[in-house]
Amino acid sequence: MSTLVLDTVSRWYGNVVAVNDVSMSIGPGVTGLLGPNGAGKSTLIHMMGGFLAPSSGSVTLDGQAVWRHEQVYRHVGIVPEREAMYDMVSGWSFVQANARLHRLADPDAAAQRALDLVEMSDVAGRAIGTYSKGMKQRVKMASALVHDPPVLLLDEPFNGMDPRQRLHLMDLLRSMGESGRTVLFSSHILEEVEEIAGTIEVMVAGRHAASGEFREIRRLMTERPHQYTVRSSDDRSLAAAVIADGCASAVELLAAHGGLRLGGADARPGTLRVHATDHTRFVRVLPQVARAQGIRLFEVAPADESLESVFAYLVTR
Amino acid sequence: MNATVARLTVHTLLGRRRALLLLVLPAILLVLALVLRLTVGEDSRVDVAVGLLGAFAVATLVPLLGLIAGSGAIGPEIEDGSIVYLLAKPLSRHSIVVTKLAVAVGVVTVFAALPVLLAGLVLTGTADGIAVGYGLAALVAGVAYCALFLLLAVVTRNAVVVGLLYALVWESLVGSVVPGAQALSVQQWALALTRAVVGDAADVYNVTAAVRLAVAVPLLVAVTVASTWLAGSRLRSLRLTGDE
Repeated sequence: MSTLVLDTVSRWYGNVVAVNDVSMSIGPGVTGLLGPNGAGKSTLIHMMGGFLAPSSGSVTLDGQAVWRHEQVYRHVGIVPEREAMYDMVSGWSFVQANARLHRLADPDAAAQRALDLVEMSDVAGRAIGTYSKGMKQRVKMASALVHDPPVLLLDEPFNGMDPRQRLHLMDLLRSMGESGRTVLFSSHILEEVEEIAGTIEVMVAGRHAASGEFREIRRLMTERPHQYTVRSSDDRSLAAAVIADGCASAVELLAAHGGLRLGGADARPGTLRVHATDHTRFVRVLPQVARAQGIRLFEVAPADESLESVFAYLVTR
Repeated sequence: MNATVARLTVHTLLGRRRALLLLVLPAILLVLALVLRLTVGEDSRVDVAVGLLGAFAVATLVPLLGLIAGSGAIGPEIEDGSIVYLLAKPLSRHSIVVTKLAVAVGVVTVFAALPVLLAGLVLTGTADGIAVGYGLAALVAGVAYCALFLLLAVVTRNAVVVGLLYALVWESLVGSVVPGAQALSVQQWALALTRAVVGDAADVYNVTAAVRLAVAVPLLVAVTVASTWLAGSRLRSLRLTGDE
């Protein structure tokens, strides 16, 4: 059982502040580091992995500073975001080399175990340069797991994976978390994080914006008002039905003709704007209501669903 | 020293197409030596050898191969980020550097020092220790260049440009115009060894070196050791940044 502690950590490059006064404690289980691109997630993971000195504050693993302390890697496995490995060696040789670099007693067995774990044994004989993005990702994973570390840091591990590989990696991370390991991964995709992470740390613009259990953060995210724009064959009847159901607090009918623009510049005329209070219910109820009333839906689009707006909402909380 | 680090370094150094570059210069040197051997009369072979081995081999081939081997032993891994797989291990950073230096020295020995020795033997046989003298100079200069350029590759991403500037502009151009600059030149230090091996005949054949042997040897050792140590400590605090 290991705990990674960040104490008032900041990191700046010249005048640019990449990470701003972040304190968090990452214990056993799976923690998701969530944030939009450029939020400082990679910088944070580099500092956690001992590849970057904090400009101020400290990063410690079980009380031991990680910067300039090589022995810490006995307990830490790292899956970097960058893809470069040693392209001309085979997957097997690469993972085995990682085992040897850890001075493991039986590097061959360790390499085989790690490759089995990520389901790469079949193609381990091929040169890494011939692998797909997802395969490279899994070999990186195997190289990080080869010494069975209690702490695993992964930078955007799901990038480039197909859905099946993604599910497999999610299962793997989940089982590692359940076995008492400290697993931290970064992602800019909310669904990935809430799927497997017990704890979520949200980074926005270098700041630690939110922290807690995923249910709590999910509640914050889902309970915020959602806006949808809907085009249908009968907006007026649909609006009445949605309001009657109670899943929306307000509807606006945006006139098709006459140029009256309500509700913001992006609203096109001839559409219905819905302020959903319970958006999961709204998206379920809308097609049922439309069908019952014989209304055809042409378009249903979230009006403010960009990740940035979700994060921005969290920051204002 | 670490066998696994050495194996991975050999892969990065010799596993790419760039490795062919290592063959070009020694091949040119050997072909030139053969041609000169066949066309130049016996009386002037030693003079020709001193010219070829001094001006081309030790002044150009050795620094260039030292640059390719020294910076190539670690530069590409830092550039593309794969160095992280070595750094995320409980390994002493100094042992990583020393291992990489050993591999680079091996490359320079095979592709620079041995060809220089061979070219010398082709041209002069064993006469007056010319072949051995320049071969030895190529070896020790190669070691010093490797250490220097490996450090450069750890310190800056522009190691090749800076290395070329040093090897070609400082040692060749500035050195030939400003006499004092020659005292700070790996090439001149190495040539002091050639003079020592060739002995009394050195002045006859015009084998020159800007510094005395007693100065050259400590300087070569100091540069090699200091560069290697410094590269190790810089690697300890190497800043790895992602694409972000």
